[in-house]
Amino acid sequence: MALLEAKNATRILDETIKVTLVDNVSMTVGPGEFVAITGPSGSGKSSLLYLLGLLDLPTAGDVLVKGEATHDMTSDERARIRLQELGFIFQFHFLLPEFTARENVMLPMRRLAKLPARAQHERAGDLLASLGLEGHIDKRPDQLSGGQRQRVAVARALANDPALILADEPTGSLDSKATEQVFGILQNLVDISGRTILAVTHDMDLAARMDRRIHLVDGALESDGAAAGA
Amino acid sequence: MGGWLLLLDLAITHVVARGRQTLVAIAGVSLGVGFSIAMAALLHGSQEDFVDQLINAIPNVQISDERREAQRQPAQDVFADAQIENLSPRDDPRGIRNPVAMTSAIRAVVDGNVSEALTTQGVIRYAGRDTGVSLSGVVPEHELSVSKIGGDMTEGLLTDLNNRADAVVLGDNLVRSINAKLGDPITVVSPSGDVHRYRLVGIFNSGNNTADSSTGYLHLSTAQVFAGRPNAVNDIRIALNDPDSAPVVASWLEAQFGYKSVSWQEANQAILESFIVRDVIMYTVVAAILLVAGFGIYNIISTITHEKTRDIAIMKSLGFYERDMRRLFVMEGLAMGIGGSALGAVLGALLTVALGQIEFVNPESDDPITIRMTFSVIHYSIAIGIALGSAVFAAYMPASKASSLNPVDIIRGAT
Ligand SMILES: Nc1ncnc2c1ncn2[C@@H]1O[C@H](COP(=O)(O)OP(=O)(O)O)[C@@H](O)[C@H]1O
Ligand SMILES: [Mg+2]
Repeated sequence: MALLEAKNATRILDETIKVTLVDNVSMTVGPGEFVAITGPSGSGKSSLLYLLGLLDLPTAGDVLVKGEATHDMTSDERARIRLQELGFIFQFHFLLPEFTARENVMLPMRRLAKLPARAQHERAGDLLASLGLEGHIDKRPDQLSGGQRQRVAVARALANDPALILADEPTGSLDSKATEQVFGILQNLVDISGRTILAVTHDMDLAARMDRRIHLVDGALESDGAAAGA
Repeated sequence: MGGWLLLLDLAITHVVARGRQTLVAIAGVSLGVGFSIAMAALLHGSQEDFVDQLINAIPNVQISDERREAQRQPAQDVFADAQIENLSPRDDPRGIRNPVAMTSAIRAVVDGNVSEALTTQGVIRYAGRDTGVSLSGVVPEHELSVSKIGGDMTEGLLTDLNNRADAVVLGDNLVRSINAKLGDPITVVSPSGDVHRYRLVGIFNSGNNTADSSTGYLHLSTAQVFAGRPNAVNDIRIALNDPDSAPVVASWLEAQFGYKSVSWQEANQAILESFIVRDVIMYTVVAAILLVAGFGIYNIISTITHEKTRDIAIMKSLGFYERDMRRLFVMEGLAMGIGGSALGAVLGALLTVALGQIEFVNPESDDPITIRMTFSVIHYSIAIGIALGSAVFAAYMPASKASSLNPVDIIRGAT
């Protein structure tokens, strides 16, 4: 069964002039895939990712998570799926500035309230350590470098052990060294931990190193496959 | 529950980050609550003072020889088929029937003191001028147990009425207007025209001008002779140990004996009703003050939600519910309301004590006057209740707006 599926997903901005952000996209993502969403700037990559991540509602079509249609769910039900099944990484880290790295990583765990507090605390520390942040666990975001912050954001995305990670240009604001580090972590999550990642990037070199590339032009799916760059 | 703790954590960081503004909002609420409490204490204190004076001024319950509704006349019963109107009853010189039996019955059941009296009108002749006087014939010991006349005596004692059959006690204004002094003879003409000579054995000053210039006391038996109504009593006065029970006692007595029994509350109904109006006005002002204090909370919650749109967006995208966000900011407002209420309660108590200690000089007497203040848990509960209500209301509006924002709009704008 597909982990994630878009069925003719379309998103039209309903203003006086109709802007089509995502145009009739159908695709499926299976377990263990490392998928790149590529395309020129303004081609609708972020918009598609928001639809797939249930952050936005398609104006037509549907998005299925683990086979379940989501369009007609309540906003609480979609929030529940985001909390439990999906992990988000954005170009900007979006960490809460008043909280330490560990507290930020614990945030989704505390909301889900599945693990006891003690275990949440430990898991957050372990996740951060596994991403090379042992010495920075109790630092606040403003005490961390850009690459470190983005790794904290990755740890937060992993907090509730989601089936799928959605990343929107996760290395877009990082220098080449930090980019390499964060990309390596994502690669390991797929290769070693068997996770599924869907990442938007306009860096064709990075896209070429992923398993599969979905290329968008003007919001529409132009090509989808492992062969695109090879 | 973990969710609430998490929201509390978040709320604390927001509030602490805006420390100074938070303190201003809390100060606004505490001033509102504090002054509301002090105002209520002052208003109700003065009302209680007034009520005490009312209770002292007239008997708690007064039974007169009238009936609330004209009695059916025997003719109406005998000639039931004919329409008989405007019959007036025979003048009854006996007043209340069987007064001795009735007063002893009342004494047996009522928790308080009872004084039986015959109140009658007379005219004092002095220097060719006639002055009307209302004379109460009383048993001094009984009257002393139901009224404050004992303390009002400026010369002589009420019990001096026991010493001689022709003794009279008069109000000081009246005594002055007839230019008399203690021991002087007083000539009083009865309603039937008989002239009686009495001796002034006591003078009182009740503080009530009308009473002091037109009333006096005789012994009950002297009054009965004066009025030509042997053994008659037309006025029974009762002082209750619990003045609040007067309406119940009065209606019970009226049902029992048939005579009009008026409680002090009934006699002062208009004044007591005006207290309710004053309460309504006061609590309207209190609500207005606390609503204004709520603006401070509205202000800071709006500021925080604007500052934290990014955090709200990310938390929503991570899977927080809309209502989590709403609760978060309402909690922040409520926390300020609680903080302000707690400080306000302390402030209110301090103000109440302080105002109660101010002394005013009374030009009429040597005793300094202090303002009477009332302490009542109800004042605190109402002020705090309204404060918390307006805090939640003030926080709810910006909270609701912030929680409904679409995270995509913020995330898109930030990248
Ligand atoms: N709220 C909006 N109003 C108008 N145009 C928008 C809005 N959001 C996105 N767009 C436009 O839609 C297109 C797709 O945007 P986006 O999905 O961010 O593309 P990408 O991530 O590939 O750069 C762009 O041309 C963008 O300018
Ligand atoms: Mg984009």
